[in-house]
Formats: sequence, structure tokens, C-alpha cells
Amino acid sequence: EEEEEEETPDAKKSISLPVSRVRLIMKSSPDVSSINQDALFLTTKATELFVQHLALSSFNNGSGKDSNTLEYSDLAKTTEENETFHFLTDILPKKILARDYLKTLEQMQEEEEEADL
Amino acid sequence: MAERPEDLNLPNAVITRIIKEALPDGVNVSKEARRAISQAASVFVLYATSCANNFAMKAKRKTLNAGDVLAAMEEMEFERFMEPLREALEVYKKDQKGKKEVSEQKRKDKEKKVDSENDKSREDDEADEEEQQQCMEEEPEEEVEN
Repeated sequence: EEEEEEETPDAKKSISLPVSRVRLIMKSSPDVSSINQDALFLTTKATELFVQHLALSSFNNGSGKDSNTLEYSDLAKTTEENETFHFLTDILPKKILARDYLKTLEQMQEEEEEADL
Repeated sequence: MAERPEDLNLPNAVITRIIKEALPDGVNVSKEARRAISQAASVFVLYATSCANNFAMKAKRKTLNAGDVLAAMEEMEFERFMEPLREALEVYKKDQKGKKEVSEQKRKDKEKKVDSENDKSREDDEADEEEQQQCMEEEPEEEVEN
């Protein structure tokens, strides 16, 4: 898919993500009253830097390098191994087989029952 | 105000482009990875906002400012972002200033034009006191518009 970009001089160093959408997300955060324009710009820009950083770190760190494809598992691996990405643990969890997960649940339940006794 | 979940997502096309630009040429990105990075980006915004807001609240301010966001980056251990962010902010501010000056200049030019037209009539009718008074009355009005 092709997209048109405005090649104005200031557009080079500016941002691609829509500021309005970033603002919406920011406003959904509790206790936030207002956001000044510079802060909104910086957050948008930081998000772009973050996307680049997450993608590249995951690619370099993961097994995707062999297949020349960035896979979900690369992201999950980097999230687990890199402390700065730990805030993503809940949304980029490593995948396990359902039966393994159920086994773990059962084990946890047994341990709890033993503790109660 | 209820927000639909989609509204808190960032546009896929832009996210994909940013990812592709960061990776070496020819590298593919699975659909699942793309979606996950997009979600991670939204979570990043929330986390950064919450962090920045703490700094603002500590300073008893209700408005998040640039300093709060930079402090948040450091707090989140993304110091690597701080220099590029500072540079980008400078360019952004200069650009904003330029745009403001352009629009102010346009406004000044507009006023100058009206002024000179008034001066012209004043010169032509130097002898005519009545018209002089009219022009003098008009001037204060223009200044109020400022």
C-alpha cells in the first residue's frame, strides 16, 4: 500500500503518528488535566522512538534473524529479557501450550490446598 | 465519556512504516508482531503519561509540560531517547515560532495596508478639518482590535 507524505522541510524531523490520537490516549489516563503542546509533541515523538527501539531490539535478540522475519516470539523474548520492557509483560507474554498452562494451574491449586491444611 | 477500544490504538499503517524503517532492508514483520507492537506503543503512551503526570503533580501543576515528559523518559530508563527528543523539540519549537511569525506578519501587513489608505486620504484633504477628525476617530478603533 502506498501513502502520500508531505515533503515539506519541517516534515523531515517531525512526526508521523497522529498527535490527536496520542492525545486521546493520554487523556484516558486518570488524573491528567491538561497537556501542553510541547509535551504532546514529545510524547508522540517518544512513542515513535519506542516503536523503533522495540522492533530493532527484538529482531536483533530473537531467532527471527534466521528467518529474516520479526515474529511475535521475538517480542515476547525481548520483553522477558530486557528490564526496560518489563512494563509490557502483560501484553507481550510468552505463549505456552494450553495443556502446559492447565497443568501449572492444577499444581498451583494443589499447593494452595496444602498450605491451607 | 466512553472510548471504544479501537480509539486507543494507533494507526496500523503508520506503525508498520516506523517498524520497517527501523529494521534492516528486506526484513519482514509478521502480522501478529505488528499488532503486538502497536498495542505496546499504546501502553507506552499510558505509562509515559502516568509517569510524567507524577512529576507535574509533584510540582503542583495541572498541566503536563515538556520537562515532565523528559523526566518520565529518564524514570522509565529510556535515557537513550532524551537527546533525540530534545533535538526534535528544538526544531518543533522553531517551526512553531516561524508559523506564528508568519501569521502575525500577515496580520500586520493587513493593518499597514488599512493605515496607509487612511494616511493617503488625510494628505489629500489636509485643508479639510472634518475628514481629519474622522480619520483620527477611526485610528483608536484599530488599536483596540489588537
